[in-house]
Amino acid sequence: MYEFLHMGGYGGYIWSAYGITAIVLTLSIVLPIIQSRKNHKRIEHMLEQEQD
Amino acid sequence: MYRWFHQLGSPPTFYKWSGQWLPWLTFVCITLFVVGLYGGLVYAPADYLQKDSFRIIYVHVPAAWMSMFVYVVMAFSGAIALIWHIKLSEIMMLSSASIGASFTFIALITGSIWGKPTWGTWWEWGDARLLSELLLLFLYIGIIGLYSAIEDKRKAAEAVSILALVGIVNIPIIHYSVIFLNTLHQGPTVSKFDSPSIETSMLIPLLIMALAFKLFYIIVLLMRSRNELLWRERRSQWVRNIIKGTGNV
Amino acid sequence: MHPARARRLKLVVIMLIGVFIAGGFAFLAFKENLMLYFTPSEVAAGKAPTGQRFNIGGMVVDGSVIKSSQSVDVQFDVTDYDKTIRIKFADILPDLFREGQAIIAKGKLNTEGVFIADEVLAKHDETYMPKEVADSLKHKNKPGYDKTKPSPSPSPSPSP
Repeated sequence: MYEFLHMGGYGGYIWSAYGITAIVLTLSIVLPIIQSRKNHKRIEHMLEQEQD
Repeated sequence: MYRWFHQLGSPPTFYKWSGQWLPWLTFVCITLFVVGLYGGLVYAPADYLQKDSFRIIYVHVPAAWMSMFVYVVMAFSGAIALIWHIKLSEIMMLSSASIGASFTFIALITGSIWGKPTWGTWWEWGDARLLSELLLLFLYIGIIGLYSAIEDKRKAAEAVSILALVGIVNIPIIHYSVIFLNTLHQGPTVSKFDSPSIETSMLIPLLIMALAFKLFYIIVLLMRSRNELLWRERRSQWVRNIIKGTGNV
Repeated sequence: MHPARARRLKLVVIMLIGVFIAGGFAFLAFKENLMLYFTPSEVAAGKAPTGQRFNIGGMVVDGSVIKSSQSVDVQFDVTDYDKTIRIKFADILPDLFREGQAIIAKGKLNTEGVFIADEVLAKHDETYMPKEVADSLKHKNKPGYDKTKPSPSPSPSPSP
């Protein structure tokens, strides 16, 4: 396990590269999900107001 | 064919169709990422010269490929939006810009992290490959910024399409910079025209990761396009039906 | 096709052609400025700026590396298989630096034609292989540089 994380001394470089990639990709998928929830709520609200 | 294309271009059909496909695409994409990461970090042997540091290739190269691919898709959608005024292609162009910027950012950062242990520097200002990729990031940011800066969204989409089309000249420069100029960055490893200069056991994880990145792009593109479509069409009946959860799309 | 669409299609195509022609000319015009380094042949031909900092790129000649025992001072020759130039450097070399490896050195040429470098970068090529494969390749064609791949040469010719 240690050997795997150590990566022959290049662990710091490899894991930071993979880590930054993971963070950016996660953000790219989470932001549209949040946006979708927001849109649904806003449109729901809009429709409710129309009915009043 | 045209009929199919036309139907897909209709917002409710696209919304329904993409909603059905998204779970499957997500499943395949996650599987590819798991297999690709295992292949790149465990299965592939260390490089004879760069040792384990070469494993950064499995995130750097797919991101760099996608940074260019997404740009071409974006510019192409922009051209279609300009000529035929198809709403969906306009939405696809706008949805591509932010994910393209993300891929470009990943390519630049991971490249920099890879450069330190191999080249001996984080960044080289004289390198044409590095500079043209940085220019690509600025193009994406410029496109996002220009769209949000113009009030009239129809005009904004038009302006952005033109900027995207002009910027496409940068794509061949990125690709050929390492061939026609002397740079610190090495030449292309995997090229269609000859056999790749990489061992098969190292190449397979790279191709799997590239496929995973491509699917990831399609998933984000569909999600963003669905959001934009729903919002733009919020006054139409089909959106009402979805929000109220009644009946079919 | 609808005439308005045909007109817009024509405009887009004309714009693209114009952009690519302009881009091509700009590329050719700035090509010299976009070059990161000079090869030893170019330096020998006097193309490199004299008395100014510039970059030199080439292959480290086998057996030319002389390391000082007291300090980090190092001296080696760099070649493009035509001309060779001596480089002196007084700092820590990058990990990938070795004989037969392409490098880029930054610095100035002194009056004796020796390049005094203040920075040395290692340039690796686009081939990736496991150690065992590299070793078996080395056994097949022993002396000199690995010429099985045409690419490691940093010459300005369209290599890789």
